[in-house]
Amino acid sequence: MAQVLPESVPRSTPDGIVQETLPSRQFPGIPLFILVFLLVLPGLFAPYLAPHNPIRGSLRARLQPPVWVQGGTITHPLGTDKVGRDILSRIIYGARISLAVSLVAILVSGVIGTALGLMAGYFGGRLDALIMRLVDISLGLPVILLALVFVAAIGASFITVVVVTTVLLWARYARQVRGETLSIRERDFIARARVAGASHFRIMLRYIFPNVINTLTVLATLQIGAVILLESALSFLGAGIPRPTPTWGSMIADGRDLIVVAWWIAMFPGLAIMLTVLSLNLLGDWLRDRLDPKLRNI
Amino acid sequence: MTRHIGDVILQVDDLHTYCFTRWGVVKAVDGVSFALRQGETLGIVGESGCGKSMTALSLLRLVPRPVARIVQGRVLLQGENLLDKSEREMRHIRGRRLSMILQDPQTSLNPVFTIGNQLLEAIHIHHKGSPRTLLSRAINALSQVRVAAPERRVEDYPHQMSGGMKQRVVGAIALSCEPHVIIADEPTTSLDVTIQAQYLRLLREIQEETGLSIIFITHDFGIVAKMCDRVMVMYAGRVVESGPVRDIFNHPAHPYTQALLQSVPTMEERPERLYAIEGQPPALWELPPGCRFTARCPYAEARCEQTYPSSFAVGVDHTADCWRLQEA
Amino acid sequence: MQRYIIIRLLQSLLALWVMSLIVFGLARVTGDPIDALLPIEATLEERETIRRNWGLDKPLHTQYLVFLSKAVRGDFGNSWKWQGHTAMGLVLARLPATLELAGVAIAISIVLALPLGVLAAVKKDTLFDSVGKMVALLGQSLPAFWLGIILMWIFAVMLGWLPTSGRGGISRLILPAVSLGWFQVAVIMRLVRSAMLDVLDSEFVKLTRVKGLSEWKVIWKHCLRNAAIVPLTYFAINAGVLMTGSVVIENVFVWPGTGRLALEAIQARDFQVVQAIVIIFATVFLFANLIVDILYAYLDPRIRYQ
Repeated sequence: MAQVLPESVPRSTPDGIVQETLPSRQFPGIPLFILVFLLVLPGLFAPYLAPHNPIRGSLRARLQPPVWVQGGTITHPLGTDKVGRDILSRIIYGARISLAVSLVAILVSGVIGTALGLMAGYFGGRLDALIMRLVDISLGLPVILLALVFVAAIGASFITVVVVTTVLLWARYARQVRGETLSIRERDFIARARVAGASHFRIMLRYIFPNVINTLTVLATLQIGAVILLESALSFLGAGIPRPTPTWGSMIADGRDLIVVAWWIAMFPGLAIMLTVLSLNLLGDWLRDRLDPKLRNI
Repeated sequence: MTRHIGDVILQVDDLHTYCFTRWGVVKAVDGVSFALRQGETLGIVGESGCGKSMTALSLLRLVPRPVARIVQGRVLLQGENLLDKSEREMRHIRGRRLSMILQDPQTSLNPVFTIGNQLLEAIHIHHKGSPRTLLSRAINALSQVRVAAPERRVEDYPHQMSGGMKQRVVGAIALSCEPHVIIADEPTTSLDVTIQAQYLRLLREIQEETGLSIIFITHDFGIVAKMCDRVMVMYAGRVVESGPVRDIFNHPAHPYTQALLQSVPTMEERPERLYAIEGQPPALWELPPGCRFTARCPYAEARCEQTYPSSFAVGVDHTADCWRLQEA
Repeated sequence: MQRYIIIRLLQSLLALWVMSLIVFGLARVTGDPIDALLPIEATLEERETIRRNWGLDKPLHTQYLVFLSKAVRGDFGNSWKWQGHTAMGLVLARLPATLELAGVAIAISIVLALPLGVLAAVKKDTLFDSVGKMVALLGQSLPAFWLGIILMWIFAVMLGWLPTSGRGGISRLILPAVSLGWFQVAVIMRLVRSAMLDVLDSEFVKLTRVKGLSEWKVIWKHCLRNAAIVPLTYFAINAGVLMTGSVVIENVFVWPGTGRLALEAIQARDFQVVQAIVIIFATVFLFANLIVDILYAYLDPRIRYQ
């Protein structure tokens, strides 16, 4: 959660007494724990962790409630869906998609956004104006609709999801990196590098880029949550990774029609999304306080 | 026109205002006492961070809460202790009897309301009356601070005015309800020199017209010489020397005051801040037990570090806190 | 002021134009545009008609100009799925439902978020503030469509207080509007809080206190008016997000708006309707931005007099 006054920044009171307050956030141990056990481990080792096949269910075991509800069994701890697939196994496999989509999307948009942001900030002038206009436009695009158009035109796939997400995200990186570059550009060591004959490319890569890594780390952490939310919304609408691949969003979509008889189908994947995104946000806040307290509202 | 200086109107006894921070207790104001007479101008001088502004805010009971708290002392305005008043009673005193001109005219006015609105608001709190009489009062207040064409100016937004003009408006707001005492907290720091001089002259004229008492907070001895009758030098939350302006200029008794006066090169070319003294004031959350100026004092002795000096009279109404004066 | 609004208008038009390029381009970059424009079941005859109607035998830039000139007049062709209707007609018929939903969601989010954000700032570092922070954090981590389903489960299925879906009457509006507005509540509350904290620290607030103004007026008149500017800028950015969020929520609650139409059209590969929806949404977004700009200028005289 972004606050305009990060706890670690000194606020001056009358008479210039600096009212220093230490970063009050604790190390986000629980969020990290949740992330590891809900996103990273299942995402990497789904086949070894999932107790059942996520795609093929047995019709005999359909619509079983979770184990603690009457009629539930330990075989399917979180219950089964309408074709008898194990909810827990599907959530574990669903983490793969969330993890893969968010990492690829963050990486692609991060590289594009950072490169364009560096160039805009470093060269300035017309190139800067052009890139910033593109940033404005892309931030103003109705993302989900755009995604739906993509899907209507070229069909739903992993690539579609990544492309759509990238269209949205690169602009935030570009804007942030440009802002930082503008101020770094004026610093002495850049002038020295220039005098020493370093090429523009080299200055951007070796001198400016290392100074924006902190910002990028914070931004990326906070954005992973946004990507997971977006991916799940697309999957929910049937515009994400095509079935029968289990995704958290499409599982919720399955559960929507059965909410009257089987609440658990929609409940658990939703909790998975919520806990993951919440943890990412907490982690991102902590990182921001640590690495880059001047970052606001992102 | 000479000014008539009357009875004591504001008396401050042993005022302590502390800030409770994560680092510990910051003793921003640590035992300040003084008296202000009717029609008099009292200067409070010191480096930034010495507790001048915190003293001013304490008088109005507007210290930044919940960090800062007035922990001890009395503030007697016309015999009534303001520290005993309820918040509601204080609101009737602020603006009406005790008012303040803030440091930075660029940020002291709310950018989204017209100055007329902000002025009327101040008047409306303390005076009832038809919109027309209130408006004419507002226009009067503006003309009192020599704003040209005040009846048109009331429609303006702050960003449409120059810095000097804004500061006049801030002054008009502070003066609009005819307070008895006004605190001017470095009102001219952000103005350029000519505007500064005009503004100071204006304050003097208003004082002569109304018999106002002024507490003038500044770090600039040049302004003190022009404006004040008496002056009080603050260092690290305490008053180290106080007395009539002429006395202090001619015979500064405290080493800090001497250093301050030496650091004023000439009356014409004043430094923005008093950087000329070697070293830094002590951190207010780890004050030494003795004299707070010890670390920077050229005459420091062992006892200065041990115990805080008592006040010694050096002249009529002129005292200073320094062990060196004991022998004299 | 006028210049400012004109510039913003031009920017929005530029964004709209880019959208039209994307919409036009997407139908064509993927091989034979006919495949994208028509469902697979389309007959050869239909293909030929469309090819002639859209002038697909002509060069690309001519095609685009034809598309653009028709689009400007609101002509996106006939719907494939809903025979006998124009794409634009379908969208316009469904638009009021979406605007109603989005409008109520905005109203809910403002009515809740403004006072909560202000109070959180005034009562900084108290229990109220911490709870508020938690609510805001949760609000930003919940998928809106899931929240909708869970609310539906609790209030419609379990408690039976409200109907599950459809449109008509306030009772059917509550759940979708709350689900749609929830995220906005979280974001606006957070923005108001931080903006208020900045304002509360400012000199002019000190001056209002020096004047003897009551704390109530200091906060709700002087601070809020300044602090409101920040969330308002956010709103301009997110008017589009809200519109698209309605796509998801409308599908959860079977709300007969454009969002629902969009999904139905996509499932039927009715590209004309999809195009019309995207352009209409972009236009609504443009208007929302313009309204926000005007409001913004109203709130901040420094812009008004530029």
